[in-house]
Amino acid sequence: MIMLTLLWTDIMVWILIFALIAWGWVISRSPQVKKQWHTIFKSSIAMASATVLLFYLFFTLLDSVHLRLAKTSPGQNTEQQYSEMLSLLDIIFSHNIKNTERTYSAPFATHEYVKSIVIDENGLTTQKHLPLKYVSKDDDLLSKSIVALAVGFVLSLFLILIHLFWRKGRGAFVAMKKVLKGEADLPWRTAYLTLTFLVMTFTWLYILSYSYHVLGTDKVGGDVLYHSLKSIRTGVLIGILTTLIMLPVAVILGVSAGLFGGWVDDVIQYLYTTLSSIPGVLLIAAGVLVMQVTMDNNPTWFETTLERSDLRLLFLIVILGVTSWTGLARLLRAETLKISQIEFVTAAKAFGVGKWTIIRRHIIPNLMHIILISVVLDFSGLVLAEAVLSYVGVGVDPTMHSWGNMINQARLEMAREPMVWWSLFSAFIFMFILVLAANLFSDRIQKVLDPRNDT
Amino acid sequence: MFAYILKRILYAIPILIGVNLITFMLFFMVNTPDDMARAQLGAKQVTPQMIEAWKADKGYDKALFLNKEAKGLEKVTDTLFVQESMKLFSFDFGYSDANRNIGAEIKERMGPSLAIALPTFMIALITNISLALLLVLFRGSALDTSMMIVAVMIMSVSGLFYIIAGQVLFSKMWHWVPISGYEPGWGGIKFIILPILIGVFAGIGSGVRWYRSIFLEQINQDYVRTARAKGLSELKVLFVHVLRNGMLPILTGVVVVIPTLFMGSLIMESFFGIPGLGSYTIDAINSQDFAIVKAMVFLGSVLYIIGLILTDISYTLFDPRVKL
Amino acid sequence: MKMIILKVFLFMMILEPLPADVWNNPHDSEKIATQTLFSAFSMPPKRLDPVVSYNANEWAIIGQIYEPPLQYNYLKRPYALEALTLKEMPALTYYDLEGRLVDENDAHIAFSEYRLRLREDVKYQDHPAFVKDANGTLFYGKLSEEALENIQTLDDFEKQATRHLTASDYAYAIKRMAVRQNHSPILDNMAEYIVGLKAFSQNITKIAEEKKRTKEVLDLRAYNIAGVKVLSDHTLSIRIKGKYPQFIYWLSMYFFSPIPWEADLFYQQKGMKGKNLTWNWSPVGTGAYYLVKNDPSREMVLKANPNFHDERYPSLNEEERNSSNIPRELLSDAGKKLPFIKEVIYTLEKESIPLWNKFLQGYYDASGISSEAFDQAVQISASGTMDLSSEMSQKGIVLKGSVQPSIFYMAFNMEDPVVGGYSESAKKLRQAISIAQNQEEYISIFMNERGIAAQGPIAPGIFGHLDGEKGTDKVVYEWKSGKRVRKSIEVAKRLLAEAGYPEGISMKTGKQLKLHYDATATGPDDRALMDWRRKQFAKLGIQLVIRSTDYNRFQDKVRKAKVQIFSWGWNADYPDPENFLFLLYGGNAVVNTNGAGINSSNYQNPEFDKLFDEIKIMSNSPQRQEKIQKMLTLVREDAPWVWGFHPKSLALTHLWFKNVFPNAMANNTLKYKRIDAKLRVEKQKEWNQPVLLPLVLFVLLLVLSGYFLHKLYLNRQKAVIKQER
Repeated sequence: MIMLTLLWTDIMVWILIFALIAWGWVISRSPQVKKQWHTIFKSSIAMASATVLLFYLFFTLLDSVHLRLAKTSPGQNTEQQYSEMLSLLDIIFSHNIKNTERTYSAPFATHEYVKSIVIDENGLTTQKHLPLKYVSKDDDLLSKSIVALAVGFVLSLFLILIHLFWRKGRGAFVAMKKVLKGEADLPWRTAYLTLTFLVMTFTWLYILSYSYHVLGTDKVGGDVLYHSLKSIRTGVLIGILTTLIMLPVAVILGVSAGLFGGWVDDVIQYLYTTLSSIPGVLLIAAGVLVMQVTMDNNPTWFETTLERSDLRLLFLIVILGVTSWTGLARLLRAETLKISQIEFVTAAKAFGVGKWTIIRRHIIPNLMHIILISVVLDFSGLVLAEAVLSYVGVGVDPTMHSWGNMINQARLEMAREPMVWWSLFSAFIFMFILVLAANLFSDRIQKVLDPRNDT
Repeated sequence: MFAYILKRILYAIPILIGVNLITFMLFFMVNTPDDMARAQLGAKQVTPQMIEAWKADKGYDKALFLNKEAKGLEKVTDTLFVQESMKLFSFDFGYSDANRNIGAEIKERMGPSLAIALPTFMIALITNISLALLLVLFRGSALDTSMMIVAVMIMSVSGLFYIIAGQVLFSKMWHWVPISGYEPGWGGIKFIILPILIGVFAGIGSGVRWYRSIFLEQINQDYVRTARAKGLSELKVLFVHVLRNGMLPILTGVVVVIPTLFMGSLIMESFFGIPGLGSYTIDAINSQDFAIVKAMVFLGSVLYIIGLILTDISYTLFDPRVKL
Repeated sequence: MKMIILKVFLFMMILEPLPADVWNNPHDSEKIATQTLFSAFSMPPKRLDPVVSYNANEWAIIGQIYEPPLQYNYLKRPYALEALTLKEMPALTYYDLEGRLVDENDAHIAFSEYRLRLREDVKYQDHPAFVKDANGTLFYGKLSEEALENIQTLDDFEKQATRHLTASDYAYAIKRMAVRQNHSPILDNMAEYIVGLKAFSQNITKIAEEKKRTKEVLDLRAYNIAGVKVLSDHTLSIRIKGKYPQFIYWLSMYFFSPIPWEADLFYQQKGMKGKNLTWNWSPVGTGAYYLVKNDPSREMVLKANPNFHDERYPSLNEEERNSSNIPRELLSDAGKKLPFIKEVIYTLEKESIPLWNKFLQGYYDASGISSEAFDQAVQISASGTMDLSSEMSQKGIVLKGSVQPSIFYMAFNMEDPVVGGYSESAKKLRQAISIAQNQEEYISIFMNERGIAAQGPIAPGIFGHLDGEKGTDKVVYEWKSGKRVRKSIEVAKRLLAEAGYPEGISMKTGKQLKLHYDATATGPDDRALMDWRRKQFAKLGIQLVIRSTDYNRFQDKVRKAKVQIFSWGWNADYPDPENFLFLLYGGNAVVNTNGAGINSSNYQNPEFDKLFDEIKIMSNSPQRQEKIQKMLTLVREDAPWVWGFHPKSLALTHLWFKNVFPNAMANNTLKYKRIDAKLRVEKQKEWNQPVLLPLVLFVLLLVLSGYFLHKLYLNRQKAVIKQER
């Protein structure tokens, strides 16, 4: 028996996803917007980064479905017992959760990285590298790799074909040819290549993770690959949910300040100038401290450590949202002011068209590009900010998987001799790829949508 | 002009009161004076008498916002909030929980903060502008495209990585500079050189991209074409015309940052053990020293507002089209 | 172009073979060649005022500056007190209620009196407060604000002077302690013992309040405590209620350092606080060193006190040397005048990583070993003892280790309805959890073997601690063929089932047992720690919910008994079992003392409390030992704590740092140490030669790219011109 139990952030992620899909459906009906997006994806860099971002999103979603599995109950009269909450990702990687080693080991190592004390049968103590418990004993790295890569290739081929059929139906094979020649209307070839590369790398890592610790293990023997993958959710969530929180505030306040003017404008301007003049880290730190106290006073809000750290993540996201709406609100206010001066809007006003209609018909559509640009720009900034906040000690819960926590721990590891580099390396790679993709994508969006960027 | 500045300064006062109110509320929500007393006394056995004595000593035994026992106007003024805020406005920061004069401490720590922040800012400005000019010079070429991608890559790495890598390479492996520390005067150069280099490098990505876009806007203007048509060399065109005309947006964009340089860099200072205001702030957050945090928030807000005013002024000074 | 490359090569040729000066020296290069010790502090000491200071990092500084009447002998083990500013150990006499002298074992003892006879040659450091004019009034006693205008530090005062130590200075210190506004952490404790202190404290606190309001200075010379009498310039008597043998240990602590009244009045002057001229920042003592510079944001500097009284490096006879297990080279300076080191520079190092790296580069003379650095530094030799790794011993680094008189434990709140209480099932639940916590693994993973699994509250090296089978906690361990073995998890599971939670499922509710663990987890290492802790409970099928907060709030929760399970530690004040056992004394329970007590697990066992009252006033003897063993058996059975571990402190010192011998009780150890400065200079040069190749490559790269850019530019210029035409 399986019981679906969603965390708060899970619910928010799924709401966001459905909202995105709904939004996609709405814009697909507007030919003008559709054309804009078409232009965005004309660039092969944008296509590749979008594929990478989707790949990350996929892991986030996998990790955002939490279940409780049924346990065999010990007695007759006791009620059905459930295991702790597991996400789909946990289930996929359950072998890695179970197979924790004792301490550090390097990627693909067969022995521990540090020496430990061993007492042999003669009672003598020596120091040696102990063998790892959960690695393959025979030297089959190459053969397994070949198999894994082949599986990965087939899998990605399968995915690509599905996609082609979905797009073109019967004409899939013709389309395939076009894509391969690079003659398709969009650079699908790049997208497919990226996908193949990602899927193959991942299947390789995954299949080998059964017989090795592919990215090594951390201080208490946890698998670093698993940590890094779990951290994806934290990073992506902070990046996207913060904007979800911040958007309504920024839009409502920014637009009303620009549109209504007068005292409303004064109050809102006062509010955001005050907030933005406080150094950001201090404001966040204070917010996080308040949150900690509140959570300590209400231990009934959460039952498990997972729920606790999830709630903390949620609060952190809210705090980041509250502290980061000011910039966007300022932009929106200025733009609204500009738009409401335009003739057809003043004309509409004169005809007695209701304020809401004006906002809906004229203002919001013309603000879309600003909102979109700031959302994608903020995303990468927030992912990076998470690491810094964790360093300052006001980031996510220390029990949570996050790149910030990994880097923080890695600082101590880099001081060792020989260095324990793989935690830092994994966090670096995973984070770098995500932020790079986001940055490249946002670049493209900016180029296409920002009217000032005509060059 | 002066009337305008005066107006802006007056407008800053309610903002600063708001800032005070926010910090004050946040901190006393978290930290009751009892908590602070316990943290500060820090002994093995803290008795209630000791806590009361400490609160009385610090003046934290007053009501927060409304003193019900006082009469008339004193109901509002004889409170912790008003008393503390009034002191801040006269730049009297009071004493930290370790009984140090915060004002004196801030003055002392501004030096080290500036020693890092100012050279980083200047060198970054010069490097970024020259690199951006270089890219504009070769615009559209393979060099330009590849450098732009490199710039995005540099942007996409968390600053923490640069610091960790820099310390491992330059200090631990190659023995070029001390790992951390600070010393006032010229002898201190060996300490600040690495943080400055890392700071400059970490900012190169976004900096170069921004300056490049500014210069590109200029390069297609008519006067540039005319200059080029006159047969000026590309370098001269760049340095004389593009750079000069690009200076205005650069200046107005950069001015807002200058006052906040005083606040120092949180991360850089604490990694490199620099006794500046940034590390002061972090320590205060960690030890929950309310007096220091309050002072730093206030200072930060003041500097930010000064930055905004300076920006407006620089607009009027350099751009004849803007009138206040 | 060619010229440049040639020059670079020449540059390389010149630089490579020369043992150039090092580039990365963080200190003054001249001072390295002198008797200067380079040390670090990770947290700026907040208070250097001996009346409040109670932290190890503060005592590390004021220990060198202030001199209480007694000190611990640097070398002798077990720890032994000796006279510091006294001519001999204090004489102890007993009195009954009528004030008649009685025998030590008399049942009518009402008071004990300590008589302290001071040395006559002890002088304070030079300080402006001591300067007097011709009439004998204080020269700097009435400074106006204008006079203070140009004063930033104590050095800005033109004149400085010193004076001899007198008995009234010690009395003055006790009076300062009584003033509540000085926040003495031991006042409430001492008021229980010193005759008249409580009444005096209430009185003087009111006076101090009054004086603060009228802005007058408080001169404590005018007031006296009934039990503290200055008999002559160099004789002081302190009267204690009843019998309290541990009082003698307090006399070695810095709360009892002499305070000269001149300085107290000096610092009370208006405007001094604004210049940071206070007791907290500018101590005045008689010790071997005095504080020259106190910049908490960067460095603190101590210099040898020229007025320091004649003190010699301790010498031990052969028998003492053997019993204390002291290497002979530690005695090579015996009888020489202290101190050796002339200057100490403490630099702020907040992070352990730079500290460790600088130590390896030779820029700090000593270092602790963080757990990250451990396996780089230490190896376990065949005999099971810890030894330095070959990398370290090649550098000539020396390892010093000692077990700390401390304990880190995990406590149950005995008032808690689930884990607390004294019923058989509650006891069994706690015992089961105790067995499941694999301390040995904890010590191995998180402490790098730098600790000993505890068998009870009393730390090794303290009377009452026993090794071997006798000292084993039989509830958690078994004694198998001469070794201590933790009982298997099966035993724990059986106990858990007997307690009513088979497989961790409550028989009453049918639900999994869920326990709450309060922790202060904010650091980067804590996640692993929490994971480990959860695992230990999961072994029994118990779900552990971790609530982590900052230390402040954690303390608050414990004091309100709002916790279920938590971890804490205790560091002994003095080497006596009473200082550990009182952590479990019912009278000290948090719930009984309105949060002020030290017994945070709220353990209350009448039998234990009765025995505690007895051993408290006994001197060390087989009878005391026996009673302590009885108490230990009781608490092991009740298991209010999971005993945890006693940390071992390991320190590394460089070859040139001499006379280093870990002493967990003494703080004033700097004066015994010595430095071989010549060796230090040599080694630093050897270890820190800059690696130049990357620099050369970098310059080369720069030059090359400049060249190519230039070429590229020329091509482009041509193209543009063509295009324009």
